[in-house]
Amino acid sequence: MVARKLSLKQKYGHFTRGLDWEPSYQKQEDIFPFATYEGIKIHDWNAWEDPFKLTMDAYWKFQAEKERKLYAVIDSMAQNNGQLGITDARYLNAVKIFIQGVTPLEYQAHRHFAHLARHLPGAGLRVAAQMQSIDELRHCQTQIHTISHYNKFFDGIHDFTHMHDRLWYLSVPKSFFDDATSAGPFEFLTAISFAFEYVLTNLLFVPFMSGAAYNGDMATVTFGFSAQSDESRHMTLGLEAVRFLLEQDEANVPIVQGWIDKWFWRGYRLLSLVGMMMDYMLPKKVMSWSEAWETYYEEAGGALFADLARYGIREPKYADVAKAEKGHVSHQVWSIFYNYAQAAAVHTWDVDDQHLDWLREKYPETFAQHYEPRYRAWREQAEAGKRFYNDGLPQLCQVCQIPMAFTEVDDPGTISFRVSEHQGEKYHTCSDGCRDIFEHEPEKYVQAWLPVHQIFQGNCGGATLPEVLDWYHINQGADNFDYAGSPEEEQWNAWMEGRRPAAFPAAAAE
Amino acid sequence: MSRPVSITLQNSQDGIAIANAILADNPEAQRKSFPAMTKIDCPGRLSILADSVSERLGREWDPQEIHMSVISLSGSVDEDDGSFTLFWR
Repeated sequence: MVARKLSLKQKYGHFTRGLDWEPSYQKQEDIFPFATYEGIKIHDWNAWEDPFKLTMDAYWKFQAEKERKLYAVIDSMAQNNGQLGITDARYLNAVKIFIQGVTPLEYQAHRHFAHLARHLPGAGLRVAAQMQSIDELRHCQTQIHTISHYNKFFDGIHDFTHMHDRLWYLSVPKSFFDDATSAGPFEFLTAISFAFEYVLTNLLFVPFMSGAAYNGDMATVTFGFSAQSDESRHMTLGLEAVRFLLEQDEANVPIVQGWIDKWFWRGYRLLSLVGMMMDYMLPKKVMSWSEAWETYYEEAGGALFADLARYGIREPKYADVAKAEKGHVSHQVWSIFYNYAQAAAVHTWDVDDQHLDWLREKYPETFAQHYEPRYRAWREQAEAGKRFYNDGLPQLCQVCQIPMAFTEVDDPGTISFRVSEHQGEKYHTCSDGCRDIFEHEPEKYVQAWLPVHQIFQGNCGGATLPEVLDWYHINQGADNFDYAGSPEEEQWNAWMEGRRPAAFPAAAAE
Repeated sequence: MSRPVSITLQNSQDGIAIANAILADNPEAQRKSFPAMTKIDCPGRLSILADSVSERLGREWDPQEIHMSVISLSGSVDEDDGSFTLFWR
């Protein structure tokens, strides 16, 4: 008799549960020491079922094929001067922020999912975490390999891991992930797999990768979509993991809700950087931050939280604030970068008339009134030879670490500013959302490594800007300042000039 | 009104065939086109049928190959040997 082929679900069962065993000579709590201290109660680990029935053999097969496709593109890029295909060199600044800010987080995720793959008591979840750990390492490596091509031709990419640990704006993504990896396993799962991957990551990858495609960046599109195909699996893990926690015990509901509230707000603040990349750094634009927010948070998140309402879960606290701010955040973050371009490893520039038209059209209620006059004033100053650079160091939010430039949700003329006290010291946060997070765990956030405080304390190379920039490994005069007048602009213009045919001599035309 | 589920696919050979199969097999599905990708929204539930995709590709298509083409999704997932389904409970 011919042996029957196992169905997908049977095979998955054998390759996950079937390979697990009950410990007999060690206590469960000694093997999994982190499983209970957060207060999460799990009664039946076997109730977990991964919706993607991906087993290790199939995983290797598909991942290998994704890699083959990606590396074919990387070779092609290198062999065909792929850097010339982008719409404009200014576009590359979005890629710089990506490798400086996001790629190191992929590596952090790799490490921490390996931790979860060891420490979660359920076999099904451990297998999913193991695959995700390998995925995240792959994302980190493929991003470095792909973007290394641009490093041969553009500035600001050369020492991204060093910069990630030191630069003021990169402490925003770094501290976000440090916060997650220093939490317990279930908070991490809720923070990264659910709040970030499921609820918010589409805002990072989807419009941004589509934007890369629209701007001729074949490299970023390819690693982006290659990573994103794994991301769909991670998102599903996040949704099912949260559902599993909620179904296991009613006492888990308020704990999970607290984490959803916290990590929604943390993720939303982090993504304000992406909002700026989308609205300001893509020469050809796909959609505005505000439109992306509507599609990927308001529509998709609305359906999600309506579904979770049966467990007693509501929309994240301050989601209404995020919605009300969507016409403001990207402009405010761009303004921060414009103020401090002398200290950044990305360029900024004058927002030209065509771009102003687009912003006015996409933000009819906010842009012309609040931001356009500011940009016009900056343009006048720059044209008069007095380009405005801010010489003061900004106050940073103790939680999200973004310079305090966001405004009150009902008053775009007033900076939003909250003060909390802890053991006789004052701490400042940028919003009700960040203040609540601080006040819930002040012992954690008083330890924040705030770049501005560190400069003032003398821990960042010296007391002058050039000394600090040296400590950052910023190649001064190339990585920083405006795009106009940069070596990158000069080189790009020379390349573009070389593409035009030389003027026909008059005789040849006759 | 049932809540929408959604899938975003690469505009690759396989991705385009999958998108066309979804639109043919799920009458309420709606397509939105973006550079390099296609987003399909559908109220309540959406299924990708392996036979329908195989017919369009001219080869056997295994639902697990969805991993090669998907960019993002919204909804709960159910996967078996003949189909891949998104739904809200």
